[in-house]
This record gives sequence, structure tokens and C-alpha cells, in this order.
Amino acid sequence: MRPTFWQRLDAFARNLTPVALTLVLVVLNVVPTHIPGIARVLPVLPLISIFYWSIHRPHLMPAPAVFLIGLFQDGLTGAPMGLHALIFLAVQGVVLFQHKFFMGKSFFVHWLGFGLVGAGAAALSWALLSAFHVTLFAADAIVFQYIMTVAAFPLFAFIFSRWQQAFLKLD
Amino acid sequence: MKEPHSFSRVAQPIRNFAQRFAYVGLVVAAFALMMLAKVDTILVERARTHMTDAVAPILDVLSRPLDTVNRGVAEVQAMKNLYEENTQLREERMRLMHWKSVAEKLEAENRVLKEQLNVIPEREASFVTARVIADTGGAFSQSVIVNAGAREGVEKGQAAVTADGLVGRVIDVGSRSARVLLLTDINAKIPVLVDPTRTRAIMAGANLAKPRLTWLPPGAVVSVGDSVVTSGHAGVFPPGLRVGQVAAVGEGGLIVQPYVDLTRLEYVRILNFGSGGILQLPQRSIDADVPGKERGRRP
Repeated sequence: MRPTFWQRLDAFARNLTPVALTLVLVVLNVVPTHIPGIARVLPVLPLISIFYWSIHRPHLMPAPAVFLIGLFQDGLTGAPMGLHALIFLAVQGVVLFQHKFFMGKSFFVHWLGFGLVGAGAAALSWALLSAFHVTLFAADAIVFQYIMTVAAFPLFAFIFSRWQQAFLKLD
Repeated sequence: MKEPHSFSRVAQPIRNFAQRFAYVGLVVAAFALMMLAKVDTILVERARTHMTDAVAPILDVLSRPLDTVNRGVAEVQAMKNLYEENTQLREERMRLMHWKSVAEKLEAENRVLKEQLNVIPEREASFVTARVIADTGGAFSQSVIVNAGAREGVEKGQAAVTADGLVGRVIDVGSRSARVLLLTDINAKIPVLVDPTRTRAIMAGANLAKPRLTWLPPGAVVSVGDSVVTSGHAGVFPPGLRVGQVAAVGEGGLIVQPYVDLTRLEYVRILNFGSGGILQLPQRSIDADVPGKERGRRP
């Protein structure tokens, strides 16, 4: 039986949600909290989202979307344009390259994997930032940010898995 | 998109190749964009302005509840220390009343002296008060987005301050939002004077919590506790805005503690001194008939 127009529209809308959720996280990331010092170590939430969906629904997180999410992040945070686009694409590339490894593995393996990939992303962002400004950056903020991001992973992975079960089960 | 069951065996490798090609293309594009951002900032900044402007209404709404919560917490805290604070404020008031009389006397004296010396008066500043709707102070950049833009008369290059002191400079202006580069950002280089010796210096941010003083003249004497104000050189900032205090003098250079707590910005005032923007030359019509004077005034 061919799906009706409304069924297809419904499926299309559901399939857009991983990217949409990631965009929401980009915006949430810059809402002022007024807590002293926290802005410097706030987790990079979109990174978690891109990692999660690249493992679980790679076809719903295509590379062009990742690129645009990265640009959006750069635009809002005031980082050099293209920096996060590059970092996010690199993370997605690594995940897809190791996709067979991640498939069907437990949550803890994913968390560990995120720890490794996140460390690579942090190192890459430090290198790119230093190259862009032609100066050696103090790495402390990036390291703290990395730790916070890894710490935030379980919560967001849980939310995403719930979301996946609720809205993206049919894939 | 569905799993490609229907594709023939030939189509699959081509598809894979195309996907890989697209991926590499995007990586190259991201790289190219960074290069472009380094070389031609105007084009890239314009794209950023449009992006910020589009999201500004959402950020405006999202930042409200947090602001309310914060104000609530602050109020409860204030209730607790009401008595002590009151005593403290009384003492401070006594002290300030004394200062007020001194300031009034000095102001009158200053006015008379300026009249005698024929000093050209500084332009009065008008200002727009804007709410901070996004805070991006991180490792990558130190800036905030405020909910006032070209519509409200905000222009690129204007200084942003709070009651405590200087916050930064407007670098991007959309129609309803603007981005303020904080004085701690790596791109912030502010000409300042260190009181009481009136030593010139450049205060440079490094995306760290505290900026540093650089380019001091040789033999300059600066000590901890000296206050730092904008010098007005290069015409970027109006002169005399309070910036901060020298917090440490050591191997790492001179570290400045800004007066403003940049992590808790809620409202900022964007000053308009009528000179508009950094690239506009100051109007010198008053000096025009005195040729020597113009050169003499330059830093």
C-alpha cells in the first residue's frame, strides 16, 4: 500500500526533528544564564546531538545539514565563521567511518566513544582557533568545556533515545 | 529517505562516491569560509548579522524567564542582608555626600578654567538601554547580543557601558539586534590611560576573564590598584569611560580587573556620542580656521 500524502508529510516532519533539535540546542547554548563563569565552560550541546544522530539515524543527519548547523553555531556565538562547521563535520566523519563499530553497542561504549571523539574535537578547535588568530591560545576553557560536554552526554543521549522511540521508531 | 533497496548494484557505488564527494566538498567549503572570514570580514559579518537578527526574537523570549528567576533570587538574597546593607549604605552615603560637594566644587572650577582656556566642549552622549539576549562568552569569542539594533539608532562602533563601567563596543548591527564585542575578546584592543600617571597603553583581551595592558611606553610606572580609563585615542571610544583597575603586575604582564562583571550582564547602555561609527572622521569644522591646531590635537 502506498502511503498517503498526509502520511508522507508526517514522516517527513518526523525525519526533520533530529536537525531541528540540534538547531534548538544551538540557540539554548547562548541564552544568558547570568551565573558567573559558567559561559566559559558551557557544554557544546549540538556536538552531542550530532554524535548521537550520526550513530542512530545517520540518514537524518546528512553532511550538508551538519555544515549548516555549524555555520549557525558560528554565527550566533561569534566564533570565526566555518570553525564549528569544520569541527562538526569532522566529528560526523569519524562517527560514520567507525559506524560498524558503534552499531548495537551499549550506552557506555557510546559514551566512551564520545569522550574520545570529543577530545579530538576539542584539540581540533584549539588548533583551528590558534591558527585563525595566529596566537597560542590558553587551552583551559576548551578543556573545561570538553569535560562539561562529556558530562552532559548521558542526559541528552537519554532525551534523544526517548525522542527516537516516540517519533522515529518506524525508520 | 528510505534504504536504497530499489537501487541496482551499479548505482550504489556511484551514490557512495557522490556522498563522499559532497562530504569532502563541505569540509573544503568550511575551510574556505574560515579563510574568507580572515581576509574579507565584511561579507562574512553581514551573513552573521542576518543570522543573529533572524534569531533575535526567539532569544528575546527565551532569555526572559531566566532573567526573572535571576531577579527573584537576587531579591531573596537582598532581603536576607537588608539590615547590614542599610548600615553600609548609610556610611557610604555619608562618604559620597562629601564627595559630591567636592565634585561640585571641582566641576565649577573646571568649567571656569575650560572657559578661560577656550577648550572645545565634548559632545554630550545620548544612549539606548538594551537587554542582553544572548551571552556567548566562551573559549571561542567573548560577545553578547542585545535586543536593540539599527531601528533604535544603534550604530557600529558605539561604546556599550553599564553603571559600573565599560562593557565593550558594538561590532555588528542588525535591524533589531546588535552584537557587542566584550573588552575581554581577543579582537578587543582598547586605547586606555592608566591613572594617576596618565600612562598610555593598549588594553588587549585574550578570550580570558581579564584583559591585559600592552604597548606601554618604556619606563612607565604602573602599580596595582591604578584605575584604567579609555583614552579616546583613535576615536574608537569616547575618552574617560571607566574600564577597570590594575589587578596584578607580574611576569604575565599587567592584568586589568574590569569594573563590570561581564558574566552577569543584563542591561547595557549603548552610548551615542554623535560621532557615529569608527570609520567616520571627527567633525573639525571649529578647528578649520586654525590650521596649526588640528595637527596639535592629534595623539
